Amino acid sequence: MRKRVRHIAILLLAAIVVLPCHLFGKEIDAKQIIFSHISDSYEWHITTWGQKHITVPLPIIVIDKSWRLNVFLSSKVENGALYNNFKIADNGEFSGKVVEIGQNGEISRPIDISLTKSALALVINSLILTILILIVARWYRRKPMTPPTGFVGAMEIFIMDINDNVIKPSIGENYKKFAPYLLTAFFFIFINNVMGLIPLFPGGANTTGNIAVTMVLALCTFFVVNISGTKQYWKETVWPDVPLWMKVPLPLMPLIEIFSVFSKPFALMIRLFANIMAGHAIILSLTVLIFITVAMGPAVNTSMTVISVILSIFMNCLELLVAYIQAYVFTMLSAIFIGLSQVGRKKVGTC
Amino acid sequence: MSLLTPDAGLLFWMLLSFGAVFFLLAKYGFPVIVKMVEERRAYIQQSLDAAKAANDKIEELKRESDAIIASARAEQTKILHEAHTFRDSIINSAKEEAGKLTSKLIDDAKKEIEQEREKSMKMIRNQVAELSVNIAGKVIRKELEGNDAHMDLIEKYIKETTSIKS
Repeated sequence: MRKRVRHIAILLLAAIVVLPCHLFGKEIDAKQIIFSHISDSYEWHITTWGQKHITVPLPIIVIDKSWRLNVFLSSKVENGALYNNFKIADNGEFSGKVVEIGQNGEISRPIDISLTKSALALVINSLILTILILIVARWYRRKPMTPPTGFVGAMEIFIMDINDNVIKPSIGENYKKFAPYLLTAFFFIFINNVMGLIPLFPGGANTTGNIAVTMVLALCTFFVVNISGTKQYWKETVWPDVPLWMKVPLPLMPLIEIFSVFSKPFALMIRLFANIMAGHAIILSLTVLIFITVAMGPAVNTSMTVISVILSIFMNCLELLVAYIQAYVFTMLSAIFIGLSQVGRKKVGTC
Repeated sequence: MSLLTPDAGLLFWMLLSFGAVFFLLAKYGFPVIVKMVEERRAYIQQSLDAAKAANDKIEELKRESDAIIASARAEQTKILHEAHTFRDSIINSAKEEAGKLTSKLIDDAKKEIEQEREKSMKMIRNQVAELSVNIAGKVIRKELEGNDAHMDLIEKYIKETTSIKS
């Protein structure tokens, strides 16, 4: 083991000596690198080879002021180019977004439903997840009453663990009604988290670390909780069982309760977003560390590279754990909130 | 800060993809898997229960057959014992009977022997008496042929006897 570590260190050292020297003296904008990865973009930047940017152009779909649908590739508006009155704003209020330039040069934002990097990653991950789960389901439909092996067996353990140990005890009696939603949410978050950790093309996008994605998930939980809430749940929210002076004349407790109805999904949204975004930011920072320290001379750079790689490996392992934990926590809290809205129904034991 | 403001386009795509995934998986994915696994679990539980019941039944049957065998064995010993005592009693009674019979036979034989002996003794005595009378008669006749006095005496005795008899 120690021998292998030494080998890796020597290889890294060699790589640094051979590194193209044009990096020296060049100011590296770490913040820009990290934020450009974490935030969404209109094209999928894979790598820069020498001076050449290798990117996957993605379709931009915008509806302009006269309600016309415009679809074109992001390569058309690359580097601030103007296409059909559309361009990517480089500063101002809509920096980095597609803007429409009117006849008098005024800038406005069209309705933008472009298939951006995060959107494409979401679609790809959704496809992967759907195919995986449907393959497993098809296996079960084909061979009922046989114990599965291999991949299907692993998926069964995974699915049934969430179903039996998270959903069932948290919700209680009629958990079956909510299990499909919660299982979908769990696997959707999990696959997006894991795909975000893979640095190569179909992965590597920051999906669950984007607030729009977590917002939709949190809103789903919000609607499920409040639409399926029992009469007793609403009674406890609006008219909780506390001394009268806490409700009349100033509705202290009802205010707090109603606030918590909204704060719970909000916490879900922020928790998932912040965890995944922070994970991406840390891994990127550790990687960028190598290029920042280039300016400090070979000795510092080499040692920092070794440290950076070791820490990156550690962080990637940790993020793998976080990927699971955050999906688990989101599912468990959603299940608990649903369970709380099901007051008055019986509980069931776990197996 | 754009990081914290949700983008409308991405919201749209997220809703679309998550909705599609949810629709497909909630209809054809997870419920199928969960249902199948639970059915299999129930089936396994049922099989285990059935096996346990069968085992219990076998145990019970074994206990029952053991009890039957034990009782049969007890019956057998009882019957054997009874037969033994019965045989003994038969033998004993037969022995007694035989003893009685033999003693009676012996007695009878003894009596007969006695009778026969007496009879033969009588006969012998008679014959001896006759013989001795004959011999005595012959001797006496020879004696008497020469002596009249004896004849007279005899005559006299004869007369006496006949007179006594009459």
